[in-house]
Amino acid sequence: MRLINKTPSRPVAVALAALPFVIAIIVYAWASDARLAVNPADKLLPSLARMGEAFWQMAFVPNRRTGEYLLWRDTVASLYRLAMGVSISALMAITIGTLLGFVPLLRATLGSFVAALSLIPPITVLPILFITFGLGEVSKIALIVVGTAPVMIRTIAQAVEDLPREIVVKAQTFGATTWQMIIRVVLPQILPRLFLAIRFGLVPAWIFLISAEAIASTEGLGYRIFLVRRYLAMDIILPYVAWITLIAFLVDRVFLGLSRILCPWAHLPAKAG
Amino acid sequence: MIEIEHLRKDYGAVRVLEPLSLRLAEGTFCTIVGASGCGKSTFLRLMLGDEQPTSGTIKLNGTPLAPEPGPDRGIVFQRYSVFPHLTVMQNMLLPADIAGAPLLGRVRGGKRRDAEARARALLVRCGLEAARARYPAQLSGGMQQRLALAQTLMLQPRVLLLDEPFGALDPGVRNDMHDLVLQIWRESAMSVLMVTHDIKEAFKLGTRLLVFDKVRHDPHDPNRYGATITYDLPLSATGAAHEGAEASAPPDVAIAAALDTTDRLKDREFIS
Repeated sequence: MRLINKTPSRPVAVALAALPFVIAIIVYAWASDARLAVNPADKLLPSLARMGEAFWQMAFVPNRRTGEYLLWRDTVASLYRLAMGVSISALMAITIGTLLGFVPLLRATLGSFVAALSLIPPITVLPILFITFGLGEVSKIALIVVGTAPVMIRTIAQAVEDLPREIVVKAQTFGATTWQMIIRVVLPQILPRLFLAIRFGLVPAWIFLISAEAIASTEGLGYRIFLVRRYLAMDIILPYVAWITLIAFLVDRVFLGLSRILCPWAHLPAKAG
Repeated sequence: MIEIEHLRKDYGAVRVLEPLSLRLAEGTFCTIVGASGCGKSTFLRLMLGDEQPTSGTIKLNGTPLAPEPGPDRGIVFQRYSVFPHLTVMQNMLLPADIAGAPLLGRVRGGKRRDAEARARALLVRCGLEAARARYPAQLSGGMQQRLALAQTLMLQPRVLLLDEPFGALDPGVRNDMHDLVLQIWRESAMSVLMVTHDIKEAFKLGTRLLVFDKVRHDPHDPNRYGATITYDLPLSATGAAHEGAEASAPPDVAIAAALDTTDRLKDREFIS
């Protein structure tokens, strides 16, 4: 049988998926042991136990100076910024994107402008944001918006333009106004694409969040890893990176689940006879 | 009554339709055949208002058509004719929702119950009652087209435009659809304009048959001349064909000629 026709059964697929993770952990543990055997004070590759201990300290032991649980404080601060930034971007995408994609006059007016904006490297805007909004929350959220909104707007505009012409014509033969078509035909049909745009937008959103926090902040996941970098605290940095990855994964799953619940029609299995 | 005067359509330098004039009495079931690229779908889109004529006018009961689609003309396309994000029942209610709720796009209360009752009756007629909670992607091609047809009937348009509505269906299913569309047409005062590739279907359903073809051909500039109506045949309305018997062309010289033409057209299409 050809290679492309061999498909794994469910348990085999799970085992195969777990394999690279297991190998990565084993290789790490082996390398860490090797370094620690030479120098027990080595900081570059802390043992798994050491990292677990450090993570426990951050999560469940109050900080000696402030009495706070740093991991949770950082997580809440970062997630708040991420949620605000991505929500604003999503809102802009659904309003501006829909209008751009659906109303030719607006597309002619704003299309090139949005396209030009989306080419600005967002991180170059960060100094402007810091100068304009100060070093507080606003400039961090604004950076996420600047970094994600233009692409999301263009994705939604394209999704609207890709709607079959037949559907839009049919709605007009029912006498629908532009507004009625937007709320009954366009928005419901691009909702799954919006969830997809959010899921894809979260990737750059995390990058800009961590960047902004690294440069000017007093709390947050990105702030923390760049702070402890000074002490070569790999035992904190590595678990934090894993934690951020886990959160990113869970947030992605949440939006996939939302899409399945709110747009069941877009996730139907193959056509019935 | 549909009155078409000197209707012409160019796409840039390409002439699609030569000027054509036509009158269709109310209640006509007009079938339109012709090879691909002979302007019959363009003609339908002009009727729909989705395309604007280069010159000429179309009047519906004495008033010129608005330059955009409207509720006086219903349409069933070959594909994408129903709304994929709505269930069968929601698809049926959409026309009522749009007509009755300008702001929210959703009617409530008594209006909704009326619309639901009407929708249910139409669904029963079209054999879709059992599928009313399903999404279009869960329906067969024939069921989707029946839904598209039923949906246009929620509004009772003056003219029903059908753009190869059964082209993608199996022959058996197509026959059922023929019966349904004839039933619906007979019970209403609607005029029907139907574009089809299937000459048998055109004879079976129509009370009037139009053949679109290019009459003039410039070998050095194939885009110079467009198509026009080459045959305009009254068919024996509610004749044998309409009682469900196999379509048998009457021994009419013109019709034979038309058949001949379309066979030739088919050949050409096959070759190209």
